[in-house]
Amino acid sequence: MLTKRIIACLDVRDGRVVKGVQFVDLVDAGDPAELAARHAAAGADEIVLLDITATHENRGTLLSTVQRAAQRLFVPFTVGGGIRTAEEAAAVFDAGADKVSINSAALARPDLIGEIGSKFGAQAVIVAIDARRVSGRPISEAEVFVAGGRKPTGRRAVEWAREAESRGAGEILLTSMDADGTRAGFDCELTAAVSAAVQIPVIASGGAGTAQHFAQVFREGRADAALAAGIFHFGVADVRTLKAELVHARIPVRYPC
Amino acid sequence: MIAVVDYKAGNLTSVMKALRAVGADPVLTEDPAQVARAEKIILPGVGHFAATQYLDHRGLKSEIRRKIAAGAPFLGICVGLQWLFAGSTEAPDCVGLAAFPEICERFAPGRKIPHVGWNSLAIQPNSRIFSGIPDGSFVYFTHAYRAPVTQATVAVTDYGGPFTAAVERGNVMGVQFHPEKSGEAGLQILRNFLNFSSPELPAC
Repeated sequence: MLTKRIIACLDVRDGRVVKGVQFVDLVDAGDPAELAARHAAAGADEIVLLDITATHENRGTLLSTVQRAAQRLFVPFTVGGGIRTAEEAAAVFDAGADKVSINSAALARPDLIGEIGSKFGAQAVIVAIDARRVSGRPISEAEVFVAGGRKPTGRRAVEWAREAESRGAGEILLTSMDADGTRAGFDCELTAAVSAAVQIPVIASGGAGTAQHFAQVFREGRADAALAAGIFHFGVADVRTLKAELVHARIPVRYPC
Repeated sequence: MIAVVDYKAGNLTSVMKALRAVGADPVLTEDPAQVARAEKIILPGVGHFAATQYLDHRGLKSEIRRKIAAGAPFLGICVGLQWLFAGSTEAPDCVGLAAFPEICERFAPGRKIPHVGWNSLAIQPNSRIFSGIPDGSFVYFTHAYRAPVTQATVAVTDYGGPFTAAVERGNVMGVQFHPEKSGEAGLQILRNFLNFSSPELPAC
């Protein structure tokens, strides 16, 4: 049976893993390569590295970080943050990534999805969507934000997910900005709305705090995978413990791992 | 020498890295002459079945066919497994190696496609490629087309119905999943392939 994936995410700034609450207040959480290896050994089904500085000057730092992390990883490895062209994606693949995650650049120029996909395959392109609910409006009108959650786009998350799929995205990484960093649970309603709108897998992100939250987003949110960062880094829950609890909750996961 | 055949379909960094991690010294090549000198051949590949046409155009297909006939162990990964079959409905005009006569088809609608993630293997006893790997082990898949279960199938996975996760016949092997991305089980599969020695061939 196809299992639900547990994905450990490393938010990296200037070569160090950091974690913020609702995209601000960053705290240092360690070395990316070491943390990636530790999460994989603990049973993470996949590792995502998001470069949140993504300034031009630091691209070299990112590529060497990716290379170092990839060296010890034999599970799928996704890299995102500041990838604007198929050439930049190619450099990240060369450094050892299996998939790239694109966000603002795909919104600015949706052809980028197909450009990367035609060269590296659709399975290598994840379109990341940062979305926020609009007060008083139905979930289908949740809005897409870019620039680390600072800039509204006027686009609806559900529609954009559908367009990304039609342009050849292999997966959607959906982050609820309302839930991100709160550890109060994923936005299951938003995840379910996007998951129902597309045929490709949807990775839920934002709000992970307990095993119960993961079980909820797999059941009610119809997520294919769920991603978390902060709860793993500081040892609040390691992946193995989380998976043992999910087995108990009758969620199919890769376990023992 | 292990030749990893590059036919310009996707990213082969991970396959090379995993092979080095299990002690091999693989050579990435699109040169039929280099394939001719190889002891073992790996055909990786992610992406579209049509990309395999490159093998025909470069003269790689006939060289691989010759090497297989001469007993060289061959491992196809993902599209590389599908290429061992007669063809795929993904690219009806492209002909595979046809080591197995069946045709690969897209998963039936009714569930998420592509099939992405870790799924379990029902492994046939005595399979050499799965030596030391427990039945029920999880491996990582990402594909929208799949091969049917055939006489050569040595591992079956279920996704809306059974399909071929691995084939094995003589020196020809193929896996639909990605051993280079399947943790310790995947590395063990690559080790098994590296340790595989050709069956005795009749003198001709």
